[in-house]
Amino acid sequence: MDDHTITIDGAEIPFQQGQTIMDAALAAEVYIPHLCHYPGLTPRGNCRLCSVDMGNKSVAACTTAAVAGQQISSDTPALNAARKSITQMLFIEGNHICPSCEKSGNCKLQAMGYYLGMLDEHFPQFYQRREIDASHADILLDRDRCILCDLCVRASREVDGKDVFAIAGRGMDAHLIVNSSTGKLIDSNMAASDLAANICPVGAILIKQEGYQVPIGQRIYDQNMINEVGLQEKAVKKTKQDDD
Amino acid sequence: MTEAKIRIATTSLAGCFGCHMSFLDMDERLVSLLEQVELNRSPLTDIKHCGPCDIGLIEGGVCNEENVHVLCEFRANCKILIAVGACAINGGVPAMRNYFDLQDCLQEVYLNGAGITNPQIPNDIELPLLLDKVYPISEVVQVDYYLPGCPPSADEFLQILEPLLKGQEPVLVKAHLHYD
Repeated sequence: MDDHTITIDGAEIPFQQGQTIMDAALAAEVYIPHLCHYPGLTPRGNCRLCSVDMGNKSVAACTTAAVAGQQISSDTPALNAARKSITQMLFIEGNHICPSCEKSGNCKLQAMGYYLGMLDEHFPQFYQRREIDASHADILLDRDRCILCDLCVRASREVDGKDVFAIAGRGMDAHLIVNSSTGKLIDSNMAASDLAANICPVGAILIKQEGYQVPIGQRIYDQNMINEVGLQEKAVKKTKQDDD
Repeated sequence: MTEAKIRIATTSLAGCFGCHMSFLDMDERLVSLLEQVELNRSPLTDIKHCGPCDIGLIEGGVCNEENVHVLCEFRANCKILIAVGACAINGGVPAMRNYFDLQDCLQEVYLNGAGITNPQIPNDIELPLLLDKVYPISEVVQVDYYLPGCPPSADEFLQILEPLLKGQEPVLVKAHLHYD
């Protein structure tokens, strides 16, 4: 056995010391479904879509270090069924009315539904009431669509060097908060060019004044499946280490 | 003796009839479809009540008591019930009223909104009572198949109907799935 390979679904995959299973898989162009992972940002294991089987336990591929000799299953009917259930739960917990959302077609949650063959949302809808923050001139924050992936939190902290966002509350009360005196985006130092303003996988953080420039039907996931797009993402560069 | 035709009923609950318009986008393919199918209750036939049917197509979510009655009539009479379009599947755009109290919606629309003359909340006995929220049809009845899209295209209607007409299990192509 090679000292620096793991096996995913029968394929031997090389890794470098310090890489996670997700890092190694992406480098080898093996897609493991994920929503809260973005190359270059500190992995968090929030969404659990990248759960893979290793021996008799499930682990999150994005937070588990690659160790020589690991035998990993990812693309199995049981795991994909679990991933579909997770995706359905993300849909019903928020307010995801795709026909009314500007992100439709560019949305990773929606694209994950397509990839996993999700035809319905299965669970009863929560129809939560969440606060919209339209105070900023260039950025809209619609918490209805937030899936608490925490990518904006990490992007702001690790790449933009600003610390604009955090997740507050627990369980059903978990929600995205803004680090400003009023709790509004207008009073934060966020800019539309920040990575945090552009990394949202869903339609929770949108840039104003550019809606529908690309028509529905011609957008990213109207043209390609998320497993193709997910392998193309280039790592972002951290300016600050996440140390909390 | 000619073979009995497959009976299909369709209705729009809290929807916009966009799914029905998309169904009609089958254009000339409707001719061959109608060789195998006869329409029962539907906005296209104006038959008022659903009789025993093989397939029921439901567009729209459930927003009032009449929707509940119609949906239950379809479920009781249709061997296969299909939720067609975003509104039937998760409430869709009409469900955006769920973020507000019903009374607030009525007051905004009929009493306090811009340009209203003779403000009053309609309460004619003929009007069906509104439900507190707009619901997906699967929260009221058992649904057999789902056809997502806003609306699903004519091709997607055929993708689900053609196998069902032959007694086969329909499979929607993942690459064609869309929720918008």
